[in-house]
Parts: sequence; C-alpha cells; structure tokens
Amino acid sequence: MLNYTIRRLIFAIPTLLFISFIIFIILDMAPNDPTGNLPLTIPPEVRQKIRESLGLDAPMYIRYLLWCNQFFINEPLNMLHQWFGWCIGDCEGRLRVESWITRSPVVDSIVERMPQTLWVVGMSYVVSILVAVPIGVISAYKQYSWFDQAGTLVSMIGFAVPTFFTGLVLQIVFSTMIPSDHWAWLPSKYNTLHEVTDWQSFVYQMRQMAMPVTVLALYNMAQLSRFMRASMLDNLSQDYVRTARAKGLRERTVVLVHVLRNSLIPVVTVIALGVPTIFGGAIITEQIFGVNGLGALLIIGIQGADIPLVQTLTFIFAVLIVLFNLIADILYGLLDPRIRYE
Amino acid sequence: MLDGTKPLVRVDDLKMHFPIFKGVLRRRVGEVKAVDGVSFEIYEGETLGLVGESGCGKSTVGRALLRLYDITDGHIEIDGSDISTLSGEALRDMRPRMQMIFQDPQASLNPRMTVGSIIAEPLDEHTNLTRKEKREKVAKLMDAVGLARRFADRYPHEFSGGQRQRIGIARALALNPKFIVCDEPIAALDVSIQAQVVNLLEDLQQEFGLTYLFISHDLSMVRHLATRVAVMYLGKIAELAPRDALYADPKHPYTQALLSAVPHPDPAGDRQHERIILKGDVPSPANPPKGCNFCTRCPKVMEICRSETPEWREVDAGRFVACHLYN
Repeated sequence: MLNYTIRRLIFAIPTLLFISFIIFIILDMAPNDPTGNLPLTIPPEVRQKIRESLGLDAPMYIRYLLWCNQFFINEPLNMLHQWFGWCIGDCEGRLRVESWITRSPVVDSIVERMPQTLWVVGMSYVVSILVAVPIGVISAYKQYSWFDQAGTLVSMIGFAVPTFFTGLVLQIVFSTMIPSDHWAWLPSKYNTLHEVTDWQSFVYQMRQMAMPVTVLALYNMAQLSRFMRASMLDNLSQDYVRTARAKGLRERTVVLVHVLRNSLIPVVTVIALGVPTIFGGAIITEQIFGVNGLGALLIIGIQGADIPLVQTLTFIFAVLIVLFNLIADILYGLLDPRIRYE
Repeated sequence: MLDGTKPLVRVDDLKMHFPIFKGVLRRRVGEVKAVDGVSFEIYEGETLGLVGESGCGKSTVGRALLRLYDITDGHIEIDGSDISTLSGEALRDMRPRMQMIFQDPQASLNPRMTVGSIIAEPLDEHTNLTRKEKREKVAKLMDAVGLARRFADRYPHEFSGGQRQRIGIARALALNPKFIVCDEPIAALDVSIQAQVVNLLEDLQQEFGLTYLFISHDLSMVRHLATRVAVMYLGKIAELAPRDALYADPKHPYTQALLSAVPHPDPAGDRQHERIILKGDVPSPANPPKGCNFCTRCPKVMEICRSETPEWREVDAGRFVACHLYN
C-alpha cells in the first residue's frame, strides 16, 4: 500500500504540471483583457503600457515558466518564512504571485478567505453526510414505505431546484416574512467580520450560517442519500445477509454491522471525492448570502481577467482533486479486503 | 423402517406465497405460490433428500423451515417447539438449534469479515464464552471441517470454492445445532470437490448426530446421501419414500420421468431403459393449473387430474404419493 501511494504521488507530479499548463493556455486564449474594466478615457498607449507592466508582452511560454517559478519555488519559500520564520535566500524582497486587481499577493487573499468557505461550505458538507446516511439506510431498509417515498421526493427537489432559487426562498421566508425580533428570524447576509467571543456571538454565528448551510446541504444530501440507499439495497439482497439472519443475530446487528459497513465502502469514497468541492467554494450560494469565500474570490478574478488569481485558485483545486482521488483509492483499499494495491 | 425414532422436524401443510405487486400504485395483483401445502417429517439422525427441478420451491421450503421467511400458512415444529409464528427474540433463541448451509459459498460469507470472526459471530451472539474459549472453539471447528487453524485471519475471497463451503459448514456447526438445512451445498462446486464436501457432511453427521434436510437437484448425490427422498414439483411434494424404494420403483409419473433422466454409468445399460421425455414447460407458480399441478405435462394424465387436486396419501409403508393413479 505504501509503495502504491508513493508511486501514485510521483505520477501526480507530471499530471499536475500538465494540468497547470492547460489551465494557463485556456486563460491565455480567453478573450478578456485585464485593462477592460478601466475607464474608457484611458488612451490606448497607456493601456498598452499597463499591459507591458503586467508582463503581457512576453511570449506565452515565458509567462508560463515565470508563473511556475513563482508558484512552485517562491511561494513555498515564502510560506516557510511566514509560518516558521525559516529564511532561505532573499526573504524580504522576494517576488510573489500578485493579483492584478488588488495588487496584493494571491496566496494571502486565499488564506484570508479560506475560513469563511470552510465554515460554511465545509459545515454544509458535514451536515449533508450526517443527514443523508440515516435517510439512505432507512429508505433502503423500508423500501417503498412512505418514508422512502418522502425521501425520494425531497431528493428529487434537492436535485432539481437550483441553489439560487432555494437560497432566495429561504431569504424571503426567514429574513423578510418573519419579523426580525422573532426567534426564528435569520440574517440574510453573512457578516464576515463577526467574531465569536461568547455564547451570544456563537449563537449569532450559527444563525447566520444556518441558511447558506441548509441551501448547500440540501443539494449534497439529495445526492448522497440516493447513493447510500442504492448501496444499501445492493447489499441487503446479498446472500451473506441471509447468513447473518440464520446465525440468529439481532436485526439491528444485521443491518448496522453487516449491511451498513459493506454499503459504506462506495459511499465513503464518494464523500472523499467530494471534499475538493468544499475548497472550491460554492460560487452561487456565496454570492447570494454575501459569504466572501473562495467561490466569490474566483468570480471576481474571472470578471476582472485576473489571470494570476484564477490560475492559482484553479491550480489549487486541481491539486486537491488529484490528492483526494488518491485518498479515495487508498480508503477503498483499506475498507475492502478484496482490493489490494501492489 | 424408521420405527422407534421420533420426528425432529414436523411440517404440516406449509405454504409460502410471495405477493406480486404491479402498476403505478403497486397494488397486489396476485401471488407466486412457491410452496403450496407441503407436509413431511424428518426423523432424528436421518437425511431427508429434497429433489426437484429449478424453481420448484425446494430452496423456499428450506428457508421457510428455518423461518428465514414469514410463512403464509401451516405449522413447523422443530425439536418439540412450534416455530411457525415465532418472531423477534423468541425466534432468535431457537436459532442455535437449527442452521443452514447455503448454496453459494462466495456470496453467503460477508466479504469484510475474517474467517475467524465469521465462525465466531454466532458464539458472540448466543454464548457467554470468554475470548480465549471462543478462539479455542473456532480452532476446533476449523479442525473438524478440515481447514488449517492459521487461516482464521484471512478473508473469504482468499479461499477456493470448496474451502469457502467448509467455512460455511464450520459456521453452521458453531452453535451445535441438531438440524441443518443444506441448501444445494455442492451445486456451486467442482465434481472432485463435491465428493469431499459430501463426505465431510457425512462424517460430521456421524460425529455430531446431525439431522439434515439435503436440498439438491443432483439425483445421484441424493441417492448416495439420503435416507429418504422427497420429490417436489411446482410447490408441492409429489412423492416421498425411503431411498431404495424410490429409486427402485418410483410411483409418481414425475418421479419416473426424473429418474429416467439420470445418466447410467454403463452406456449399454443406458440404452435398455427408456427415457421419459416430458413435453412443455413448467407452468408459472403464480398461476398453477387446476387439479394436479403436473397434469399439463404428465404422460399418464387422466380426466380427473385436470379437475381435482390429488390427495397426499400413504400408498405403502412409509411411501407417500400425491397422484390419482393410486386411488
């Protein structure tokens, strides 16, 4: 298993380099202009000067190699300096990958926005898992019961209704129809500056997270619970379940130990594969509720043709996807004794 | 022939019907009569062979007998207790007395459990043995079925079919049952391995005084193993007789046809006996014919067969037949 992991990690390096190159080409070919958002009164010569100052006059492969140098060498060295105080080379004057819009280092703004995204999107993921697994188990065990039918209906709604709709519906109900002094009232906008210091502020944090988390969890839950149900049904009809019953085990043991553990194998890998989407943020939901997380950052970057920002963010997503693919494969190997990696 | 021994299992008019649901609202439109009124007794220490073609309800009888299904109607008595309506804890307490060996040794073992824990699980559930005693018991069971003790930490997929069936047998034996249903235990194995497993079953029967219901479609194997044989057709037992009598002189036309299909070891002898070839297909158990179930294919069919169900009666000492020919 260790050899397998190491081999996969080594293979990941050329894969990621290739991905970063593809992302760079696509961004380069995209018909947008970093000066496009500037006032029309700026004369073309000045615009050209601005472009030159951003390094856009150099050929594409030079710009790509420069980005690689910045991202793979300078940024890690800088992180070591900032986090551990280790200084290698010229620490103070080192060039960073800078956003063309904010003129601040891209990695810094990503680190700034990470907590909001992890809190809201990550929590929605956790909530959806906690809700989806029991729903899937019960729906499968009582197939075609009213519970199963209701679960199917909710899942279909979760699948079919886009988050911008559910988000707005929730806002209308909980922020406008319910008076703001009522206990059930929820703030429509997420306050990023809010700090949790005591019980009161913790409760407020929960309240402002409630709606975005629900909106995102509904969608995820729909998917996961269907998956869980299918996997349970698959296993419930297996012969070893009959063996377990013939052994005289309690029904609870049969379902929760024999069936559930076997059914969780594919579900766990699906959950692992979904983790990178948490870091990717939820572009639409973050916009609706004003959560300035990574999704919102990416949108701003795309609108402003901020190539360094978009390139860095997308590349980080790519790293996470490759990494969690590997984790999912390893988990599968750990959970299922029939699967062996050499 | 078996006077003096008492019946361990008594089955009276057992019925197992599975509902069929159809349409948008999944209304109940009928039922598959997988087992439709079956009565027999199994004596202590004997092997009752249950034969019949695929889909005739043999496996359903075996499963219903151990109450792996909720039976539709009838009575099942095992070792003096009526288990036909038990459920939950009461039924669970009966499990140590009756066990089952399943057909597919691959699918019937949980792929994520080691052999040791598969065999030990019934002990966890039904006994208060210490960890050490359990390990000892598992090792003894593995010895009894001819598996090396060091295999206890391996997973089922690491074994061959025959070895897996041995695991299944060890598991069934773990609680010292009196009665074991063998549901086609050799159907999924190679011929060479079949002999090994059958011999093992015989040895274990001697050693532990087991009573078997041996379900199979392999007539020669049943002839080798069984004390008495029951022949099933479309959810009903057509004939039940001591082994030698049945193979020497089959009464029911279906048994005659079935036995005539067994290949003869001597091809010269094979040419002498005439094969009875049945025409047509087995009717659907959801819609069995009126009268005798076999009337659509019987070579000796009479007028009465199409209108009246033949009675289950003893025509000779220990020989039961359901056929109008013997009225």
